[in-house]
Amino acid sequence: MLLLHCPYCGPRWEQEFQCRGEAHIARPEPAAEASDATWAAYLYLRSNPKGLHYERWQHTHGCRRWFNVLRSTLTHEIVAIYRPGEPKPELKR
Amino acid sequence: MSRYSAINLLRNALGGHRHWPVVWRDPAPKPRYEVVIVGGGGHGLATAYYLAKHHGIRDIAVLEKGWLGGGNTGRNTTVVRSNYLNDESGSLYELSLKLWEGLSQELNYNVMFSQRGVLNLAHTEHDVQSLRRHVFANRTQGIDAEWLSADEVRAFCPILNFSPGARFPIRGGSLQRRGGIARHDAVAWGFARAADRLGVDIIQNCEVTALKREGDRIVGLETSRGEIAAGKVGVVVAGHCGVLAAMAGFRLPIESHPLQALVSEPLKPVLHTVVMSGLVHVYVSQSDKGELVIGAGADTYNSYAQRGSLGIIEGTAHALIELFPCFSRLRMLRSWAGIVDICTDVSPIISKTPVAGLYFNCGWGTGGFKATPGSGFVFAHTIVRDEPHPVAAPFSLDRFTSGAIVPEHGAAAVAH
Repeated sequence: MLLLHCPYCGPRWEQEFQCRGEAHIARPEPAAEASDATWAAYLYLRSNPKGLHYERWQHTHGCRRWFNVLRSTLTHEIVAIYRPGEPKPELKR
Repeated sequence: MSRYSAINLLRNALGGHRHWPVVWRDPAPKPRYEVVIVGGGGHGLATAYYLAKHHGIRDIAVLEKGWLGGGNTGRNTTVVRSNYLNDESGSLYELSLKLWEGLSQELNYNVMFSQRGVLNLAHTEHDVQSLRRHVFANRTQGIDAEWLSADEVRAFCPILNFSPGARFPIRGGSLQRRGGIARHDAVAWGFARAADRLGVDIIQNCEVTALKREGDRIVGLETSRGEIAAGKVGVVVAGHCGVLAAMAGFRLPIESHPLQALVSEPLKPVLHTVVMSGLVHVYVSQSDKGELVIGAGADTYNSYAQRGSLGIIEGTAHALIELFPCFSRLRMLRSWAGIVDICTDVSPIISKTPVAGLYFNCGWGTGGFKATPGSGFVFAHTIVRDEPHPVAAPFSLDRFTSGAIVPEHGAAAVAH
């Protein structure tokens, strides 16, 4: 069970949240001019890393707002939580 | 290697069962193979078996980073059925189901395939319409499917919750009588034994660390047991397909999630069929050992950790006792998770890749076990001919660019 610190509500248990997949996927603009390959990559292709993963979560059973999480897919450790629009935290290697 | 038969059983019984030969060899990797299959689960072993059996290729290695069937093959809830919605899926899973029906004889290994029926429950008007649509679709595909009224469901499985106060009343159900369960470990062992007999080298504890390319062509692999050159490479690694794709330099429309399951303490026979409910989200059958095998859901987050969160198990337990109040005092023995490769359209990928000579078979997500023989059958063809098997053609990677996806999101009710 994860403990997530919602940037708006504070620490809450995982049951209140849903993970909404990879973060920082930018919509190709202008969309009408994107090639099929570019559009398919935007819609479908994911990095799916074994290790640190930038992802979006929603506080579905709370404030219903979205935020970003940097989390390990191997240990489930949460490294950073930040609001949408904030710069993505750099990975320390 | 001796065949399993009544005569051999008797002969070995007289010898105190001390002289059975090893079931498969434990060879060291050779420097080169014509075909290397990465992943020694059911699908990989089936692929190697059909390559050797139907395509005459004997120079094959199966590389497994752990032990045979130690991944999702040993972690699923063993349900086999073919009642999907789309014709493309129907062809693929029905091909597999037909292979299941003769698999124990084909492999000379008892996979304990039991066609005890798979019952999908409808609790709402929407469920009724959706499941009836599935029944009609399956019939047009030539796949057996029946609609049962509430009374017929009750007669078929009387321990279900038909109390007047039920929170999710049962309004009917769809039944595929040819569906059922099989012994998952036996499937891996049976394919491994049969493939080994045909000369396939099964190499365990051998992790692939890099894929070697010359230009756009695959030429071999680096592994924890040294370099291996290969004419062709087939990757069948389920949850780790993204890791292998990254080694080859491309991404997949797939994310890896934990999918949890649990088993109860053993009971005397109480449940003779497989029961699924998409609405309350649980699926359950009783194993030959007597344990209830209970399928839970996938966690929403990506993970490679082979464990999920307790909330999923709790929700599944709620659903189970809603459907079967008589199970409320059961103790659960253990729960676990497998890492499943969920594809964006919830259909598998059986495909050539941007790298020549490299083939991927992945994206089976939460429902790969039932497809084990069919998946190996069509993937072997795809590798040998360097073009998709006709049944596998709709499941190529290029469907995401063309838009001809095979959406099976709601199609499978709960479990795939």
